[in-house]
Amino acid sequence: MHKKACVAMLLAGGQGSRLGILTQKLAKPAVPFGGKYRIIDFPLSNCNNSGIDTVGVLTQYKPLALNSYIGIGSAWDLDRMNGGVFVLPPYVKEQGGEWYKGTADAICQNSNFIDRFNPETVLVLSGDHIYKMDYSLMLEYHQKQKADATIAVIEVPLDEASRFGIMNTDKEQRIIDFEEKPAEPKSNLASMGIYIFNWPVLKKYLFEDELNRHSTHDFGHDIIPKMLADKRNLKAYSFRGYWKDVGTVESYWQANMDLLGERPELNLYDSKWRIYSSNPPRPPHYTSATAKITNSIIAEGCLILGEVENSILFPDVYVGPGAKVKNSILMSGAHIEDHVVTDKAIIGRKTVLKQGTVVAAKKLDGQQKIVVLDIDMIIPPHTTIEASLSCSPPEDELCKREE
Amino acid sequence: MIDLMGIINLNEAEEHIGELSRSRSLASIPFAGRYRLIDFVLSNMVNSEISNVGIFIQHKYRSLVDHLRSGKDWDLARKRDGLFVLPPAYTRTPMQVHRGDVENLYSNLDYIYQSRQRYVIIAGANIVSNMDYRGILEYHKNTEADITVLYTKANCGTHDCVRSNILGLGPEGRVLSISEFKDTGGYQNMSIDMFIMKKDLLIELVNGCIARGDYDFVKHCIIKNVKRLKVYGYHHPGYVARISSLQSYFQHSMELLNPHIWKELFFKSGLIYTKVKDEAPAKYIHETEVTNSLIASGCYVEGKVENSILFRGVKVHKGAYIKNSVIMQKGNIGSGVILENVICDKDVHITANKQLKGEYSYPLVIKKGRVI
Repeated sequence: MHKKACVAMLLAGGQGSRLGILTQKLAKPAVPFGGKYRIIDFPLSNCNNSGIDTVGVLTQYKPLALNSYIGIGSAWDLDRMNGGVFVLPPYVKEQGGEWYKGTADAICQNSNFIDRFNPETVLVLSGDHIYKMDYSLMLEYHQKQKADATIAVIEVPLDEASRFGIMNTDKEQRIIDFEEKPAEPKSNLASMGIYIFNWPVLKKYLFEDELNRHSTHDFGHDIIPKMLADKRNLKAYSFRGYWKDVGTVESYWQANMDLLGERPELNLYDSKWRIYSSNPPRPPHYTSATAKITNSIIAEGCLILGEVENSILFPDVYVGPGAKVKNSILMSGAHIEDHVVTDKAIIGRKTVLKQGTVVAAKKLDGQQKIVVLDIDMIIPPHTTIEASLSCSPPEDELCKREE
Repeated sequence: MIDLMGIINLNEAEEHIGELSRSRSLASIPFAGRYRLIDFVLSNMVNSEISNVGIFIQHKYRSLVDHLRSGKDWDLARKRDGLFVLPPAYTRTPMQVHRGDVENLYSNLDYIYQSRQRYVIIAGANIVSNMDYRGILEYHKNTEADITVLYTKANCGTHDCVRSNILGLGPEGRVLSISEFKDTGGYQNMSIDMFIMKKDLLIELVNGCIARGDYDFVKHCIIKNVKRLKVYGYHHPGYVARISSLQSYFQHSMELLNPHIWKELFFKSGLIYTKVKDEAPAKYIHETEVTNSLIASGCYVEGKVENSILFRGVKVHKGAYIKNSVIMQKGNIGSGVILENVICDKDVHITANKQLKGEYSYPLVIKKGRVI
């Protein structure tokens, strides 16, 4: 094996249970985003654009969609002779095997994989965030600071800081204190869940942590506090730019809506920093003479005859005449028949809304909840839906029948 | 696995396309918002399970080679078979006078010999259609024909049939004659110049032509042998666009704005593949007005677009008005610009407040990379 300066390890095994119906049938990193992408496209594209060509993807929860999506990594140019992308599920060893017990354990169980490349540093990423970041700059910073570990941080509003892991640093950006979701945060520097470790140092801590029965085997809970206690040189790397955790339905919906408008913070049209993804072979979308589309993102293969406003449409969506799609996210192949109304809705892949159906929650005190509909549903004509619905085949009336 | 190999013979006359084919072959002329003409025949072959495709190139092939590369985007980067781009005859016998495509086939006979399929389909790149060749091969076998010619019922009153070959059909679809279209209008059995035959017959025809000093595949190898061989016609009932001139290019582009044609051409018996670009989906802002148009990925539309086709990565600024036009890849249409019946080749930049207008029967073509 060729020696690599840096190997990236992408944690993609989390369930993402707060995303509800969206992650009922697939892992969170495989959740579709932005009219074309899946969440994992962002860290993988960042890797490619940052010149990191060796990535281990740690999978565990409902991995079918995710594994088949990653394939051999061609979509991100990660199908390489030396390096490339590796899907790393938990596996059985001589003394039995175990599921990944935590983020640190997942890396620890794959230390043999990392050792194959004998890297100086390991970049730990998560598959939960939407952002564009040049990891090579962070790597440079890490080396310059002669740090044992570097943690990427972003400034968040102080009143929201208690939702994050908060770093307290000295003047030299050295981390002196780390608190996971503090009640009274001392600073507003939130951890982005992006770490660079010197591999020999990390390895030592991982193996020690593995023997600790009381550990939760988590980077934020166990490894970082232990390194701080040992007075290791931990540095904070400040990141400026768009970064969004899409852990909840609300933040997921908001992150999608953030792409709309004339100058969104996250620019997907920058040819110097493309977000790579699979490219389904679909023709340009057709907008008919009766269609009216404003402030929206429309993917290829769509056929639009109705009205679309403030919405994100994935490939192959049909919007019939007289339909009104507003503030919604329509996943690939969603079929919106005539005179359907959707407002603040997320419609799953290939779900059919028969004519005259209304999908929108009631407004309460000016607040409107998001309605999520599962994949492969079929909603009868003139139905009113005000709350999220999932379907579990085969007995469910609202599920599509096998054809 | 189908016992059929594909040959794409790029021998079309491209001088009638004018500016669009100045620096590229007809096969790589951009079409339908994200494709090149060759994508249609190539995708049809792949969707018909053909895994061995030879492309016989002629000249001006830089953009074509750049487009095809390994063939991966068509699933033709294979260990066994796959995509073969075969050099023209003048690279083999550089000091001779070269006259036609039979010489190209002849100089690459090794490739045809070595292919393991028994049947071959020979096609050009100027036909835009969505068809499955598997059924046609069955038809060919059932009729025990030597050659099966594919044809369409073309309305030569409304569409350009100039320089096409018209079939004279006898009972049960037997082809009695093939002759060049003479200005007679009406519906005609127009050959789409795709031929299915046994590979051995192709080799025999090529060798025979070369021995007699002939050089034009359709005229000399096929038409001259219509009487001697058992030639059958196969009628393709679906949509066929034959791109043979600037007018037909424009007319067929505008026909794509009919959603029935759009659906048939891009979804019917298989999808059409092309080189992928990783563009973000198209974006509309509050002021955008788009009607009856095809918009590809990577487009950023702020202005008004009507009855038009925007290729990948086109930017339309505020106050611009594009009507009955085709804007190819990465076009940049400034604010307040008005375009009507215009074809902008790739990378054209129209600066603010310019007004350009062509006629439907004679669209104005803006050269690749031009700044106006």
